[in-house]
Amino acid sequence: MSEVIRLTTPLTDEDILKLKAGDNVLITGVIYTGRDAAHKRMIEALEKGEELPFDVKGQVIYYVGPSPARPGRPVGAAGPTTSYRMNPYAPKLIALGLKGMIGKGKMSDEVKECCQKYKAVYFGAVGGCGALLSQRIKKAEVIAYEDLGPEAVRRLEVEDFPVIVVYDAHGGDLEEMGVKQYRVEE
Amino acid sequence: MRVIDVSEITEAIAKLCIEANYNLPDDVYEALKEAYEKEKSPVGKAVLSMILENAELAKQGIAPICQDCGLAVIFMEIGQDVHFTGGSLKEAIYEGVRKGYKEGYLRKSTCHPFTRANVGDNTPPVIHYDIVPGDKVRIVVAPKGGGSENMSMVTMLKPADGLEGVIETVVNRVKEAGGNPCPPIIVGVGVGGTFERSAFLAKKALLRPVGKPNPDVELAKVEKEILERINKLGIGPMGWGGTVTALAVHFEMEPVHIASLPCAININCHVARHKEIII
Ligand code: SF4
Repeated sequence: MSEVIRLTTPLTDEDILKLKAGDNVLITGVIYTGRDAAHKRMIEALEKGEELPFDVKGQVIYYVGPSPARPGRPVGAAGPTTSYRMNPYAPKLIALGLKGMIGKGKMSDEVKECCQKYKAVYFGAVGGCGALLSQRIKKAEVIAYEDLGPEAVRRLEVEDFPVIVVYDAHGGDLEEMGVKQYRVEE
Repeated sequence: MRVIDVSEITEAIAKLCIEANYNLPDDVYEALKEAYEKEKSPVGKAVLSMILENAELAKQGIAPICQDCGLAVIFMEIGQDVHFTGGSLKEAIYEGVRKGYKEGYLRKSTCHPFTRANVGDNTPPVIHYDIVPGDKVRIVVAPKGGGSENMSMVTMLKPADGLEGVIETVVNRVKEAGGNPCPPIIVGVGVGGTFERSAFLAKKALLRPVGKPNPDVELAKVEKEILERINKLGIGPMGWGGTVTALAVHFEMEPVHIASLPCAININCHVARHKEIII
């Protein structure tokens, strides 16, 4: 497997351009959470000319709705949710300077193209590893849309958060490559 | 006749909801270990080793196995000689779900279909009742995640499509689903009765111990064939390429209407949770 690349947020164009589909990355720093409902509200806010809960420039959004934190822990289980539901929203945020999304599954061709056009990356995290990923989150704080419960926007401080590059900024696609390599034609 | 106070049901359900979300069943864990040995892709192997480590951490009580603690799907097999007292059985089950999801720090994932406002206590659960001989109550709680449920489907095939049509439909569905349902997956296939009966059979198929073949030799062969075809797709763990896309295919079949061939596919992720108790 490829060498592990360590990245600290916020991410720059230079960080993004050196990443290739299939690279293992450990992210440290601040990332933000958002799922369907939070994305819907963020896009509505933009349409009304209002400010977003955080400036997306250089940032990474993690598609996650954590479970409640147990006593003494910053957050509960926190693995990725399926990303395609964010297809309608992601391009607008990437155009505003968002540098990374973390999720699972495929995203649309439009998202893939935006990754190339605006220099962004779609990272995958391992779904169903909520307990393990939760340990890499050191701090969590709700910063917007508290009424959405698990779907509220949170500011997370992560340390060595393990992800893999799924879509890079050069048109590379881990799923496409991986499936082609292991498919057995009948 | 045996008398059971419904408060006993509430306690049992609460406990099962918590246990199911923190302790991956042994059969699933063993199947994942085997998958780790078999997987040829280094990326796939890394994914499987994380999944195994995660199961250990959840067992220690750090957090549930997955943040999607599921919609509570509950199977109640009730002996016909049982008499419930102390209130409504349905309400007792709901209360068990409320209690379990609160006390277990489990995520509440039920919401209004259109406003998307969260119900707040993970009710209502989906309850399947079955009346059986005897004076016992068997309860199975199987929390079901949204990611894999979203990749499931029911389709009404034509009788002329036959078994080949069913197999084709299942394989195509898994192919389209790709990494969305968190592979390696378990595939439940239900063919029988009506539209909803097929869906029920597919769901029930997921409760079988992973990889335990259908007792019908012919159906067991079909399960094996579908599994082989799925694992040739190359999807692999998390859809990032690999040789293990599914851990098992479980096929359940019953007679159908002479005009129909309903086919249901219920996909479960590797977090295939279920816990049971017999009272
Ligand atoms: S599909 Fe299963 S493992 Fe994946 S996020 Fe949903 S519940 Fe968790």
